Amino acid sequence: MIKFNNVTKIYPGSKQPALSDLTLEIEQGEFVFLVGPSGAGKSTLIKLLFREQLATGGQIFFHGKDIARLDKRQLLKHRRQIGMVFQDFRLLKQKTVFENVAFALEVLGRSTREINFKVPQVLAMVGLAGKEKSFPAELSGGEQQRVGVARALVKDPILLLADEPTGNLDRETSWQLMELFADINRSGTTVIIATHAWDVVDRMQKRVLSLENGRLVRDEKRGSYANEPKFF
Amino acid sequence: MNLNSFKYCLRQSFVSLRRNFWLAVVTACIIAVSLAILGGFLLLAINARQLMSDIGTNVEICVFLYDDAEIESLEAEISALDGVDSVRFVSKHEGLADFARSLGDASLLAGLEGDNNPLPNAFRVRALHTEAVPALAETIRTLPGVELVEYGAELISRLVKITGWLNSLFVGISALLAIGAVFLIVTAIRLSVLARQEEIGIMKYLGASDWFIRFPFLLEGMAMGWLGTLAAVAALFAGYGRLADYLSRDTLAFFIRPVTAGEQLLPIYVGLVLLGTLLGGMGSVISIRKFLRV
Repeated sequence: MIKFNNVTKIYPGSKQPALSDLTLEIEQGEFVFLVGPSGAGKSTLIKLLFREQLATGGQIFFHGKDIARLDKRQLLKHRRQIGMVFQDFRLLKQKTVFENVAFALEVLGRSTREINFKVPQVLAMVGLAGKEKSFPAELSGGEQQRVGVARALVKDPILLLADEPTGNLDRETSWQLMELFADINRSGTTVIIATHAWDVVDRMQKRVLSLENGRLVRDEKRGSYANEPKFF
Repeated sequence: MNLNSFKYCLRQSFVSLRRNFWLAVVTACIIAVSLAILGGFLLLAINARQLMSDIGTNVEICVFLYDDAEIESLEAEISALDGVDSVRFVSKHEGLADFARSLGDASLLAGLEGDNNPLPNAFRVRALHTEAVPALAETIRTLPGVELVEYGAELISRLVKITGWLNSLFVGISALLAIGAVFLIVTAIRLSVLARQEEIGIMKYLGASDWFIRFPFLLEGMAMGWLGTLAAVAALFAGYGRLADYLSRDTLAFFIRPVTAGEQLLPIYVGLVLLGTLLGGMGSVISIRKFLRV
């Protein structure tokens, strides 16, 4: 589904590449953790996949298509099949929970009927039934991130990208959120999560891609956060 | 963009105008002021132009005729020339009477009536445009029966020069004012775009098309432009109406006749409203351009 071929990314004005000579493959339906210290290139990898940034060298294939060659229409289509979840949630403060999730469908020009049908369904799935009329400021961090996940899910993405989704959450809440991601993954959606939550990574026993200084240093099918698993 | 999106955008524009009410008012005021200045200037320009053409059309071409000239056919021939406004025949007798009146003492001309009248028959020709006078005079000179053609050559050439100069000056200043207005509008609308920068970013992440993001801003900008210029035109209409009224009552009216004809003023007012609406929309699209690059 996703294929990186010798991908290098150098940001303008920087000598050090953010990613260098990265080659990897991710199959449909996989659950992948991206780990590594800050500045290792995790966010860059996610930005490249969403095509928020273009690679400096190499190619990235998504379903066999070189995403650097997408025209405007195809790019839109590419982005619409990807759900994004952010560390800082990025909810609209002046919109209610329902409106925030509905926004994702409004943007795609879906009908009010479809919106009224789908949004409560997704909110129930992430465990926020009954919170439709709340504003983000009235919710806990974990709940806000669930709204973010619901917003990413409501358009039925085939790929879910999350950049440090638990960065602002406590351990227990992080664990619950990761279980939600695992549920989503079980229904067939490919999930890629960049994270520092080592305990969660170790517990989930999923594929781990470890980056350091822009290079892939470890790729394990049932991996842990560090080379030597930490026990807790 | 489908119907759902269109309805959404329309609703979004209203919501945003209501939410950012004062910002919208300020923007509309900026548009109003810059277009009122432009409009005031345009009114000045059409008045100056009218003044010039008034002076120009008052210049008459005097065509003096031989006594044996075919007056009727000649008159028809001159009337048919391009650019001729009116042709008036002045017979020897009328000429003499005019002359006597201008001297103020008819007795000086005693004995010159009838066959002794030394004055020739003449046509007084008015041109539609000042610029046409020299060429017209030249053509008339070659017609049979015409003895002499005279007009204020010096005055005409000066008028043509000044009119041309004024025209380019007016076009230049109007263009500068319009560009200035665009800058002001862009800056004002950028404030409202900045207030919603976060929302635009999220929309991009959710896969919204550029037009979907742009459209509510475009409608908003056009609405502000429309309201702003409507206010400007109302102010100009009232202000200019009073000024024209005052000028035409005063003794100045003898020299300056302000343009009051609806068919000249209406295009300016309607044009300003259209221009303001267009500039508002353009300002929005320019303001938002930077934020669409994700």
